[in-house]
Amino acid sequence: MTPIPPIAAAPMSDVEVALSFALLLVCPLAIAGVALINTGLGRSRSAAQALLGNLALASVAAIAFVLVGASFAGAEPGGWALAVHAGGSALEFFHIGPPFLRGLAAAAPQAQLAVLFQFLSVAFVALIPWGSGADRWRLPAGCASAAVVAAVVFPAVAYWTWGGGWLARLGVNFSLGAGFLDAGGAGSVHLLGGICALAVVWIAGPRRGKFPKEGLSTAMPGHSAVYVLFGCMVALVGWLAWNAAGAILWLRAPLSALPITAINTLLSASGALATTFSVTRFRFGKPDASLCANGWLAGLVASSACAAVVSPIAALFIGGVAGVFTPLLVELLELALSVDDPTGAVTVHGAAGLWGLLAAGVFASQPGQFAAQLVGIAAILGLMLPLVYLLFSILNRLVPFRVDPDGERIGMDLHELGGGAYPEFVIHRDESYR
Amino acid sequence: MKYAGLLVMPAGFFLTVAALVLFPDPVQRLAFVICGVAVVCLGLVVTVRGHIPARGATRP
Repeated sequence: MTPIPPIAAAPMSDVEVALSFALLLVCPLAIAGVALINTGLGRSRSAAQALLGNLALASVAAIAFVLVGASFAGAEPGGWALAVHAGGSALEFFHIGPPFLRGLAAAAPQAQLAVLFQFLSVAFVALIPWGSGADRWRLPAGCASAAVVAAVVFPAVAYWTWGGGWLARLGVNFSLGAGFLDAGGAGSVHLLGGICALAVVWIAGPRRGKFPKEGLSTAMPGHSAVYVLFGCMVALVGWLAWNAAGAILWLRAPLSALPITAINTLLSASGALATTFSVTRFRFGKPDASLCANGWLAGLVASSACAAVVSPIAALFIGGVAGVFTPLLVELLELALSVDDPTGAVTVHGAAGLWGLLAAGVFASQPGQFAAQLVGIAAILGLMLPLVYLLFSILNRLVPFRVDPDGERIGMDLHELGGGAYPEFVIHRDESYR
Repeated sequence: MKYAGLLVMPAGFFLTVAALVLFPDPVQRLAFVICGVAVVCLGLVVTVRGHIPARGATRP
């Protein structure tokens, strides 16, 4: 156990602080966009529960983070690090800081902004799996899982990546480029969220009637393409701010690098939409709106790791690749692997986040960067998926994830909230329940 | 089988950490790190296969 030395980075100027704060105030639009997408891709009889769940999970995650997680996330000044010494280098795996953000008000603005960024990130991680469990995941279980993620899982990854932990110091300790590059949270937010989504769909199981005993899976389209596509537009605004804020806070990018970061973010999403549009047009004869939305979002996710460090052409290519594999992987998961993921979060956040991290290693020009990205991927995927699966399995025993069959039949709105999202609409009978 | 896969995944992670400590040469280190990631992927594949329901099994 060793005390953490003061942060060596130069303090931020007043302009950088003000700009970062302004950008962080816009970041929640990314969360709002994903919440709209989660709601639109679910059924109409679960829409109110879905949107309330997004709010509830974000709130619970923020509370759990301030009560427990923030002490271990490493963004606050001071504290103690638990390091493993091997081969002449220290690998800082754990951090214990002051509880309940004590002393944060007197800390440098840079540290306060870092904590704010982590608050937004933990809310984002918590609501990514919510869409995957749509139409069968109970709200109390969702809140409990958000608390576990915010208190235990996210702080460890955030410390490794952003708080000066062993992944961030791979460049200093082992000459691996600039250390693990993840300014916008492709790994700490999206890959981790995708992992949580995968654990949820495995534990909760598929929706009733999704995979009949014979034949292909039943199509259960989302109830509002308008929510989904408008959510994509809202998410873009938040993502532009998110990647720029991450570049300032974690890469100490100069202000002159921010426009190119925003351009790369837009190019990645555009490239992804173009290729998803083409792939679905080729496969189905007409472009698929929900898959195109997934592709757009996958492009934004892929840009999170690398928008500040790659060229515009590389960003376009990265987004284009994400747009190609997104519809194919969504189809593979559903048809071949029987994974019922209504929002495609496993693909959109998990796989695209993974690809973004790899792409940062391929296209960033520092030697050793690719190895640093691989080590980061192995850490998040190899340690966190088993840990999340174990924690969620235990949680499922205490707070059952899945709603009872009657609740699934009448819809989560009536079952959990006592009223629907669209009380004046006539909701037709679901043919899959015959 | 799914639990076996979940146990293999951390083993891959420990291989990547071992590569950092044991191999100062960048080429050898990268090769060993890639092996570690491959083991993680192998564990993931086994876990995914373990979660595929058997054909004709009772489903909700």
